[in-house]
Amino acid sequence: MKLFPTSERPRHSKNRTGYWFVLPYVIFFGTFVAYPLMFSFILLFHRWNIVTPMEWVGLKNFERLLRDPLFFKSIWNTIVFLFIHIPLQIVVALGFAVLLNSRLKFRGFFRAVYFMPVVVSGVVVTILWQQLYAYDSGLLNRLLVMMGIDRVPWLINPDVAMPSVALMATWKNVGIYIILFLVGLQNVPNELYESASLDGATAIRQFFRITLPMLNPTIVVVVVLSTIGGFSLFIEPYVLTGGGPMQSTLSAVLYIYNQAFYFGHMGYAATLGFVFALIILCVVLLQRKVIESESTS
Amino acid sequence: MKTFLKYLVLGVGAIIFAYPFLWMIASSLKPESQIGGLGLYSPDFTLHNYTQVFTRIPIGRAFVNSLFVSFTTTFSVLVFGSMVGYALARLQFAGKSVIYAVVIFTMTLPFQLTLIPQYILMVKLGITDTYMALIAPTLMTAFSIVLFRQFFLQIPQALIDAARIDGCSDTRILFQLVWPLSRPVLITVSILTFMTSWNEVLWPLIVVRDRALMTLPQLVTLFTIGGEAESLLGLELAAATLLALPVILAYAFFQRYFIESMASTGIKG
Repeated sequence: MKLFPTSERPRHSKNRTGYWFVLPYVIFFGTFVAYPLMFSFILLFHRWNIVTPMEWVGLKNFERLLRDPLFFKSIWNTIVFLFIHIPLQIVVALGFAVLLNSRLKFRGFFRAVYFMPVVVSGVVVTILWQQLYAYDSGLLNRLLVMMGIDRVPWLINPDVAMPSVALMATWKNVGIYIILFLVGLQNVPNELYESASLDGATAIRQFFRITLPMLNPTIVVVVVLSTIGGFSLFIEPYVLTGGGPMQSTLSAVLYIYNQAFYFGHMGYAATLGFVFALIILCVVLLQRKVIESESTS
Repeated sequence: MKTFLKYLVLGVGAIIFAYPFLWMIASSLKPESQIGGLGLYSPDFTLHNYTQVFTRIPIGRAFVNSLFVSFTTTFSVLVFGSMVGYALARLQFAGKSVIYAVVIFTMTLPFQLTLIPQYILMVKLGITDTYMALIAPTLMTAFSIVLFRQFFLQIPQALIDAARIDGCSDTRILFQLVWPLSRPVLITVSILTFMTSWNEVLWPLIVVRDRALMTLPQLVTLFTIGGEAESLLGLELAAATLLALPVILAYAFFQRYFIESMASTGIKG
């Protein structure tokens, strides 16, 4: 929507200023986006350790990828992460948002506290949770022992380690989704609830019939951003577990990093990045389709 | 009763999100032997861990590096991002829609795709282990351009026309007329860019090996996992606190702006 008519544009805006203003971006794009993109396509078909000359290997990188158990392991780990992270995030964020969306004292205070982990560096959060998760001396296990519950092998059991990372990531990120849901809740017209109450709908029924469908766009955002986040995990496993135990927390980006900077396989690392990017784009498109079609049916 | 329950849940939530930070700060001030405790207070509070961190790693230098990198990046994103945003919103030129399409395309690219080739570019340009390598790939961001464009579209054309009739160039119009009217978007872009840059750790780990050039999160990460902390919790927590404190302080003062800015990143999805 235009606030003011623009039919009669002044002559001055026809000059070359537009080019001068976008020129820096064009140069930037060419250097730091387009060139790397093209170079990545070259890398896909080469073996290269940066030091010695590139060696053409055809489709070998892709063949290798299809037979690479660690590639599939990292995808599986991401699936495990998302399977816990996404539902947990939606339930916790929605719960707190509904509680906050009412007349409250200290509302701003609660909102600010829940949001705090979002602004703090992932490095800080990870170092902190490393202490919370420690088996013998960790805060969480001490708390459990005090309550008469057995210690949980948060980071040392391969079946538990990735869910632990997902729990930590939820703690770090949920604040932003509380805010997004809160914005969504405030956009639900009050008349909807009023007429529903007149029809005798219970609060629970109102939540599932009115609130949830109205929040669908926000849920799409949570799912999409969490998925991108899952495929971008790096510092968490890097600091917390180094990808272990038994590769159970090896994430997509950590695997790319290891291949490139630990083993020096630039071509293969670029291939991994390319395939992961394709997967991300496909998964996100699919998620949007599914969630959006569910809201209309 | 219902209200009580509500406050109880919210209160427990507040403890879950805030207590770990309080525990971290308190523990960083305790002697190593007392860190395991659940409580916050100790009669033996000491700055020992901090003096140790400062003597073991060049954390002061890393702090200055991070400040420099984050400020430069933010400044550049504001200047260039608003120029492109202004051109896309307010100026006529051939190829405008192509440029906009390129910006949107860049925004949807997963970074996994360009990570390795961007590193190789740094190697080819011979700028690994320089500030340039830390700053260059984020000199402009597609997201900031989109935010600026959206905001500038709403500025009344009459104002811009009036300035033109007075003989102002577009550069002057942008920085002396439009900028003062654009506080909200300038604040949003500043906070997002500064925070992202301050907290970024993967890219510095890739392009910088020279300790004197390391950023704060990078140095703290390597200190923790690299054995220099000798698995002494107190040292790790002190280093983490030093990394967290500037952001927590900024957040304490500008809380509302932080929340609004970060919420706008979600709305684009």
